[in-house]
Amino acid sequence: MRKLNPTLFLICAIAVVGIGFGVENEYYLGVATLMMINALNAAAFNILLGYTGIISMGQAAFFGIGAYIGAIVSVKLGLHPMFAVIIAPAVAFAIAWVVGYPVLKLHGHYLAMATLGFGMIIYIFMNEFDFITGGPSGFMGIGNFSLFGLELDTEKAFYIFMSGFFLLSIFLYEIFDKSFLHYKLKFIKNSESACRSYGINVIRTKLMVFSTVAAITALNGVFYTYYTHFISPVSFSFTYSIGLLCMAIVGGLGYISGGIIGAITLGFIPEVFATFEDFEMIIYGGLLAIVVMFFPGGIAGTLKKLVKKNA
Amino acid sequence: MQFLYSGLTSGSVYGLVALGFNIIYNTTGIINFAQGEFVMIGGMLIYTLFAVMGLPFPIAFIGAVGGAFVMGILFEKVFIRLTKIKNELNLITVTIAASIIIRDLAMHFWGRDSLPVKEFIPVFNIQLPGGVMSSQSILVIAVSLFVAFGLNMFLKKSKYGKAMRASFDDPIAAETCGINVSNIRVMSFGVAALLGAVAGVIIAPIMFVTYDDGIMTGLKGFAAAILGGMGNFGAAIAGGLLLGILESFSASIIPSGLKDAVAFIVILIILFVKPDGLFGKKKVHRV
Repeated sequence: MRKLNPTLFLICAIAVVGIGFGVENEYYLGVATLMMINALNAAAFNILLGYTGIISMGQAAFFGIGAYIGAIVSVKLGLHPMFAVIIAPAVAFAIAWVVGYPVLKLHGHYLAMATLGFGMIIYIFMNEFDFITGGPSGFMGIGNFSLFGLELDTEKAFYIFMSGFFLLSIFLYEIFDKSFLHYKLKFIKNSESACRSYGINVIRTKLMVFSTVAAITALNGVFYTYYTHFISPVSFSFTYSIGLLCMAIVGGLGYISGGIIGAITLGFIPEVFATFEDFEMIIYGGLLAIVVMFFPGGIAGTLKKLVKKNA
Repeated sequence: MQFLYSGLTSGSVYGLVALGFNIIYNTTGIINFAQGEFVMIGGMLIYTLFAVMGLPFPIAFIGAVGGAFVMGILFEKVFIRLTKIKNELNLITVTIAASIIIRDLAMHFWGRDSLPVKEFIPVFNIQLPGGVMSSQSILVIAVSLFVAFGLNMFLKKSKYGKAMRASFDDPIAAETCGINVSNIRVMSFGVAALLGAVAGVIIAPIMFVTYDDGIMTGLKGFAAAILGGMGNFGAAIAGGLLLGILESFSASIIPSGLKDAVAFIVILIILFVKPDGLFGKKKVHRV
């Protein structure tokens, strides 16, 4: 294992604490909370695409599965939110394992199509099986998240909880980035055949990564549900999968910081350009195009190059 | 039987979109996720030229299709040409980015509403064994078969078609033989956009045109292309028709809302069982 690099963790910690103390406006706290959820999803997605080379266009499905399990546990069963925290990742892990077993043998655009198809199927099920999912109008009146008897009933309380989880996750991601597992995954990305000849069980490793990322995404989905108190299928459509892809690519593939930088950059666009009304999607697409065309390493990769040049 | 007829109509459209995917894939190896957007643009242009400006249909048709052709060429020149590192992932992503931009520009131009386009051929129903079919559906089917046939002849027989296939097989060898490979790549995007626009024009009177039509159309067309097998034009049309028929038959046994899921379930099954498509040749992967 290589030495841990605390820079990213410290920057995030300072930012999160700074926002926690400095911002009283509930709206901005909400934006920050959603940004953290997106950042964790994008960072997890980055492990799939940037490290292992699995292009998955159906991540929104796992996010949605987590969110719906959270909603069902709260609204229909009336159980403690902790049940959802345990059940959702387990279910997502199992589903990802079953789906991934045949799908992960594919590569390139075939893999993209297969995962995309899976995402669409789940999305359509969310819309149509209204006796379970509430159909297009979704779930209302989802309760508060509670932890050890503490109910997170205010914007601020949830923000504090989420930032704790966010920092913990970044710390874990950083450990992953410096571990030997990371080399194994990048090896798989570069050449599966070479990997196989070294005796690495490629399919099993990919399956493990795919399922673990699905579980993480589902867990974030649970938090999303308890934060918004309302979910509908629209939040888990193809657009969200594409959004995660954009975040990871704009931020920088193959860097843990990539997903986080991407989520923050793209998360700011609607806020900053809100005055331009509907032009935010054009800016979104334009930024994605520019990064892919001219800065292949994304923001994190470009920054790293600059730092190296100066050093 | 009625399901068969309606399946054939929507299947023809999927087939045309799949053809567009195939042309670009065959010459450049790129999957163009903005293909559905070309269909939408075709529909939108015919709305503006024919329904709003009231031009005679042949002129409006040429205008719409020509406009899309130019757009396809610009698309290649801007997005594909300027991409620094041309690996599969980057090229897929840049087409996704382009599709977001095109869709949003279209929303600003034409608004969020569904736009109606009036019929450009006389509408009547034809009695067929076990059901009826409107003249418009027949037009859609006829046009797509004609286009597929013409395109196949073009690629097999004509000089340009052969040049297109050569530059996919081996760009360097093709270049040595005096083929301008980069021109061929530009052309293939132009032709794919043109095909998309043709599909957009002929279905415009049947279904309304909305700025975000492109997503579903593109995905279904992609599904059809994979179903048939990439790299084969006949297979693209066959894949499209098969998908259309399966969809409309399934609508008779399951709730219609689940109809869209059928296409994707079929695709997943195909990818598990025979990843190269029903009619595709098996590809050997070089290490």
